[in-house]
Amino acid sequence: MSLAIPETPLIALDNVSITFGAHRVLADLTLAIPKGQTVAVVGESGCGKTVLLKLMIGLIKPTAGRILFDGRNLAELHDGELTRQRLRFGFLFQGAALFDSLTVYDNVAFGLREQRRLAESEIDRIVRGRLQEVGLPDDIDRKKPAELSGGMKKRVGLARALALDPEVMLYDEPTTGLDPIMSDVINELIVQTRHKHPVTSVVVTHDLKTVNKVADRVVMLYPLARLGPADAQILYDGPPAGCGAAPDPRVRQFVAGEARERLREAL
Amino acid sequence: MATAGAARPGLVAALGELGVHAVTLVGDFALFAARAFAWLARRRPAPGTLLPSFYLVGVRSVPVIAVTGTFIGMVMAVQMFSQFNIMGLATRLGSMINITVVRELGPVLAATMLAGRVGSAMAAELATMKVTEQLDALACLGAHPIHHLVVPRLLACTLLIPLLTILADFMGIMGGALICTRIYGVEAHFYWQHAQSYVTMWDVSMGLTKSVFFGMAIALISCHRGMNSQAGAEGVGRAATESFVASFIAILVLDFFLGMFLINLHDYFLAPGQTRSLVH
Repeated sequence: MSLAIPETPLIALDNVSITFGAHRVLADLTLAIPKGQTVAVVGESGCGKTVLLKLMIGLIKPTAGRILFDGRNLAELHDGELTRQRLRFGFLFQGAALFDSLTVYDNVAFGLREQRRLAESEIDRIVRGRLQEVGLPDDIDRKKPAELSGGMKKRVGLARALALDPEVMLYDEPTTGLDPIMSDVINELIVQTRHKHPVTSVVVTHDLKTVNKVADRVVMLYPLARLGPADAQILYDGPPAGCGAAPDPRVRQFVAGEARERLREAL
Repeated sequence: MATAGAARPGLVAALGELGVHAVTLVGDFALFAARAFAWLARRRPAPGTLLPSFYLVGVRSVPVIAVTGTFIGMVMAVQMFSQFNIMGLATRLGSMINITVVRELGPVLAATMLAGRVGSAMAAELATMKVTEQLDALACLGAHPIHHLVVPRLLACTLLIPLLTILADFMGIMGGALICTRIYGVEAHFYWQHAQSYVTMWDVSMGLTKSVFFGMAIALISCHRGMNSQAGAEGVGRAATESFVASFIAILVLDFFLGMFLINLHDYFLAPGQTRSLVH
């Protein structure tokens, strides 16, 4: 079922565990993502998908295990080097995480101004190019994030993430809270981003349409609280087409979206 | 007996947990403050971050500090007049009001207003940024949140609070003088003469020195509480409240120790053997 893991993956998690207080979120997770692949990470709410993304970019440190990016252990990098490595990533946050006090234009230009000594004319060219790439009109650039719809915020977030030409794109529930049409727009943008830029992508989602449209590979996580001590947290690791016929009934239940015994637990 | 025996470990555990939490909090705050000062020394504030902080801390605080300063001077005049008048020392009221304002009430009042108006707002803003993942977004775009968010606020509070204190001092002095000379009919010439002869530059400097430390404490506490907020609207509200309470306690504690230190510094090193009397 598992895909063949290349010898030098771009991102590798080696027996990673993380605990917040008394709450263990990820346990002994091992995962390798080769360059150029688009991996969808699926699973129930609270199974640690977003935590996994934040571990990959070094925003949080694992309690145990190693996270290797391009062969380097993120935990061993000093602040300056970690920042340099982070700039190789683009992150589209669940709520877009646009800076409230800045305009759309300044949000997209933020990373360029912060990191690259570019002339304003060059920054302007990049910002307008990225806004156009995600299908936003020219007159949006002076608006503040509070004036935008959810879908527009996501698109601005994507433009901001792409402005620094990342090698890896991390998407945290990119279609959550959007209508079906806007969800499809975002899915198309993820696909187009992959075609236009040679990026490796990790997409955390609940949306199986997104999985089928954008992913080469699916990794399904399961909440630790529902697992036995010897069970692996990854229930499925394989192509999207194989999800529905996976041997594990918990994977099939997730794909089918059926409550079954969970309804009684909820009651 | 059994009940007491059962309750004791719970109490001990709770106290222990509280102790660990307090030590962790203090250690975390000390590290946060050290990082903020390190960033302050290492790199200039990010372009475009300083002016909004200075505007928020300085310009927007002027009306509230002017009003409270005026009223505190007026209240002191009302409270003190009858006592001083009985002793025939009404013209000395200026000395008493002014020394109290420049040494204590001006700096403490300006700092308290800053903690309430600006500190809480800073804590709530940073807490909201944390909850909406804007702090993570900053880090992902290569900007360190402490350099980008804390350093400008720390500079604004530290550099502008002395100016706000001077304003509070001035308005307090004017408020006291207004009540004494215009309402209670104290002779203005003698009122100001006594006030001028008693309040020295050292008194003013002492208040301003304390205010610098108050400003630092307010900025660091507010930013720390904001950036360590719990999730949700409740977390944001709690961060704002905690920042004001902690800042207010810090102001009072710092006021006590700095006051003691500065008085001793003056009495033993700068002007040994000099004591001042209200009645010359």
